Amino acid sequence: MTKLAHSDILETIHMVDDQHLDVRTITMGISLLDCVGDDINTVCRRVYDKITGKAANLVKCGEDIELEYGIPIVNKRISVTPISLLANPFTPDDCVKLAITLDKAAMATGVNFLGGFSALVHKGYTKGDRALIAAIPEALAQTERVCSSVNIGTTKAGMNMDAVREMGQVIKQLAEKTADRAGFGCAKLVVFCNAPEDNPFMAGAFHGVGEPETVINVGVSGPGVVKYALEKVKGADFGTVSETIKKTAFKVTRMGQLVAQEASRRLNTEFGIVDLSLAPTPAVGDSVATILEEMGLECCGTHGTTAALALLNDAVKKGGVMATSYVGGLSGAFIPVSEDAGMIAAAEKGVLTLDKLEAMTCVCSVGLDMIVVPGDTTAATVSAIIADEAAIGMINQKTTAVRLIPAPGKKVGDMVEFGGLLGSGPVQPVHQESSEEFVARGGRIPAPIHSLRN
Amino acid sequence: MRAIITVLGKDNMGIIYNVTKIVSSYSVNILDISQTIMNNDIFAMIMLVDTAKMQGEFKDLAADLQAYGDGAGYAIHVQREDVFNAMHTI
Repeated sequence: MTKLAHSDILETIHMVDDQHLDVRTITMGISLLDCVGDDINTVCRRVYDKITGKAANLVKCGEDIELEYGIPIVNKRISVTPISLLANPFTPDDCVKLAITLDKAAMATGVNFLGGFSALVHKGYTKGDRALIAAIPEALAQTERVCSSVNIGTTKAGMNMDAVREMGQVIKQLAEKTADRAGFGCAKLVVFCNAPEDNPFMAGAFHGVGEPETVINVGVSGPGVVKYALEKVKGADFGTVSETIKKTAFKVTRMGQLVAQEASRRLNTEFGIVDLSLAPTPAVGDSVATILEEMGLECCGTHGTTAALALLNDAVKKGGVMATSYVGGLSGAFIPVSEDAGMIAAAEKGVLTLDKLEAMTCVCSVGLDMIVVPGDTTAATVSAIIADEAAIGMINQKTTAVRLIPAPGKKVGDMVEFGGLLGSGPVQPVHQESSEEFVARGGRIPAPIHSLRN
Repeated sequence: MRAIITVLGKDNMGIIYNVTKIVSSYSVNILDISQTIMNNDIFAMIMLVDTAKMQGEFKDLAADLQAYGDGAGYAIHVQREDVFNAMHTI
């Protein structure tokens, strides 16, 4: 009949039906560089027209592919040129108008998130960067679907500690402005070190200046599939564990590659990259934490967790890299606490702490992600947490990010509900000792010695 | 274009008849059918079909099959063959 074995066909069906296999996102990157202008209303009109024109068929295309291939495509999204590049002539109020325009364009195209209300300030600020960052609290409070990111450091440039200080304040202001929803606005804001230009995942997606006019990037998923595969090799040695993860990651990524190629063909858009990621959701059985526990840990966060995550992250890349022609984005396992049922449980027990999460980010993708901290956490403490995380990225030449929610009025032990893919998170403790004077110094932390590679 | 139809559920009289009836009403050509009983009582039918001369929309075929499956207690999927090739062959 076909060269396919029945067991292979049924395995795919089983992966989708019972193990949450899906394509997490098809993200269309759109350059807005040709929308520049001095008049805010003109720029807003150009931005809206460009996005709604280029992405007019994105959602329908995603739904068609989903139906024909029988593979769920959970999110269809858009990333755009960092808006700060358009913002030089504008005030923060103008930038809020731009954010509202982006929100309207997202709604018109039917995507659930649009990323790129962003600024890259790792070495310093332009006028546009200043206006955009000042606008973030109001912009994200007034919009639903707009996501924002700020890159405050790179291995090549070092860390902009003025921006680190400012982002702590911005996060606090944003939390206060969305206090009625427990600081929900902060779930749409990521502070990066070494931000990738082709990341399809939110909230940190933007369309970098090295990217083509439009591009399709795809993020795959599949923690449930990996967990199920590991259940079958209980007690086996780590070589077997690694091989099992690699084989599973290969299959998952091949599916992502197929979807990416098909979407770019149908949308007449260049295919950019597949992001080799294990992205959890709050659904039971779709958790990265339970993969680590399947390896033999009683609870995610206990001793051994970092090693387990290191193995997982590496094996996912090794399996995935042969399955796709172009790899990019964040590529690695994600550990967003509120979006992972196993992480939520481990954090509630107090086993998975902020300090352990920081250690885990040394060996996996992204960083301190979707962590709820007490409402009375100071801006300086938030900045210091950002600085620690960015230092890990800068020194290790990897992407790190911080997405913290200092939930107004909430205390350690409270649960905060965000809903949907963003899940819910327990409020986790932060150290009470002050970092005020450290953060107040400002200036730049110089690039590390190993950045001098030429 | 070739597609794979899978039917999973409890074995019952008339399953092949009912599925082929829906498929043929869309002028979809059946290239091969195989079936097996898994774990003693789970019926699994796998059908390879050619949709080149299909009359009607793929989404309607999928919806009709699903509606029949929902009523009769089967999980029925119709998917392009490419997805299985991509995942299981190098």
